[in-house]
Amino acid sequence: MNQPLRIHQTAPGKAPLLDLQVEHKAFGDTPVLGKIDLQLHPGEIVSLLGPSGCGKSTLLRLVAQLDQRFVGHLQQRPEQVGFVFQEPRLMPWLNVADNIGFSEDKGYDRARVAALIEEVGLAGFADALPKALSGGMAQRVAIARGLYGQPQLLLLDEPFSAVDAFTRFKLQDLLLELARRHGIALLVVTHDVDEALYLSDRVLVISNRPGTVCRELQVGLGYPRERRDDRLARLRNEALEALHRARVI
Amino acid sequence: MSSHSNLLAAGTAQPRQWPRRLKGLALPVAIILLLEAVVRLGWIAAYQMPAPSEVAQTLLQLADGALWKHIGASLSRVLAGFAIGALLGLLFAAWVGLSREAEAWLEPTFASLRAIPSLAWVPLLLLWLGIGETSKITLIAIGAFFPVYLNGVAAIRNIDRKLVEVARMYGFGPLRLARRVLLPAAIPGVFTGLRSALSLSWMFLVAAELIAATRGLGYLLSDGRETSRPDLVLAAIIVLALLGKLSDGLLAGLEKRWLAWRDTFDGTDTKA
Repeated sequence: MNQPLRIHQTAPGKAPLLDLQVEHKAFGDTPVLGKIDLQLHPGEIVSLLGPSGCGKSTLLRLVAQLDQRFVGHLQQRPEQVGFVFQEPRLMPWLNVADNIGFSEDKGYDRARVAALIEEVGLAGFADALPKALSGGMAQRVAIARGLYGQPQLLLLDEPFSAVDAFTRFKLQDLLLELARRHGIALLVVTHDVDEALYLSDRVLVISNRPGTVCRELQVGLGYPRERRDDRLARLRNEALEALHRARVI
Repeated sequence: MSSHSNLLAAGTAQPRQWPRRLKGLALPVAIILLLEAVVRLGWIAAYQMPAPSEVAQTLLQLADGALWKHIGASLSRVLAGFAIGALLGLLFAAWVGLSREAEAWLEPTFASLRAIPSLAWVPLLLLWLGIGETSKITLIAIGAFFPVYLNGVAAIRNIDRKLVEVARMYGFGPLRLARRVLLPAAIPGVFTGLRSALSLSWMFLVAAELIAATRGLGYLLSDGRETSRPDLVLAAIIVLALLGKLSDGLLAGLEKRWLAWRDTFDGTDTKA
């Protein structure tokens, strides 16, 4: 486990789903990201763990191509990428079903939307307006919207940071279940050490500005996981130590 | 503990609950009764302030004859002026709101035109268009244009960038972005503009009809003044109030229906 930085998994013979090489990214004169080499394989779950402002969300936006001004290369990116933002960001004038099918205007696939509503546990809420939903329910809609385009990769930017701890646990389990069932890779930005370890195959610890990967943790546990697993606790200490050494905590 | 909270609940719910409509009617009814009494007692001269019952009679007489002609004339002027002004306001608001280029070309001109008090156009309109319908409708349209334009641009520019980003994530082009996100999100602001434009339309209608008209409620007002009949003036004022309220109520109803999705404060949660 304690080998030096191994930033991308070497899976010979398998083409990565995502391959992003960042040399440098800055906002004006402020450097945000340093040299980062990020690869994801089909079905893999990877977390970017770091404090607020370390550039991990910026990295996610580079993958999503919401921001294309950086020095580096986006070598490989799956055709379909979904995005779940920190806030649900539902269109308040559209009901749940219309929000999930938002990307295809009126002609969206009703059967697929109905199936997704069922899958995220919102049966009976297809016609509800966002104002009638709780924070956790709204985020379920946002996840369903992210899945509607049948992405190979779902990007999530601190998706559960605004809900209470119990809802967060439920949503984490839902996310893992959906990722497995649809066979999609996840790239999750989080500042929650436990969330990163519970969800991921790999955790990339991001150091402070300019953000670089200062430690990579292979979790190496199967799913479903037990939150009280000793091995998770041990990894947690390693992650905290890495964050400490990078002077972010 | 539970009996205590029950008591509290009973205490707050009980104080005699008047239906909301009755609450709103209380003050006007009291004022009418007071006026009637004051005029009947002779404390105010009837030629200055006719008793409310007398105004009601005047209204009834008018309703038998000329009133509908005046209402028809005024209503058609307001509708035409409002429709033209609001439509142009919406078009330019969408154009300027959605395009920085259009804003750079157009906004300074509109900003300076807006600085002109709209009634200052009256002499020019009379010189150019005469005292016919065209000048009146144009004046009303000018009055209706600016509130719709201003509120429309502000509504588009106040849209949450985060919602726009969702559309960008799906690769929406400018037209699709406008149709799916910007225009629906701007509707609340547009309605605010439409409603203030409508009330300004009525105001400019009266201004236009006071100056030069042979029909219309504004004409009724100036006729009442010239023939020293305050009852006629008051009757016209009441009709204007009713029409203004009715037309605003129509817009408010549409607003309520279309904007049911808004998650806004409606005053019912405050205990005060």
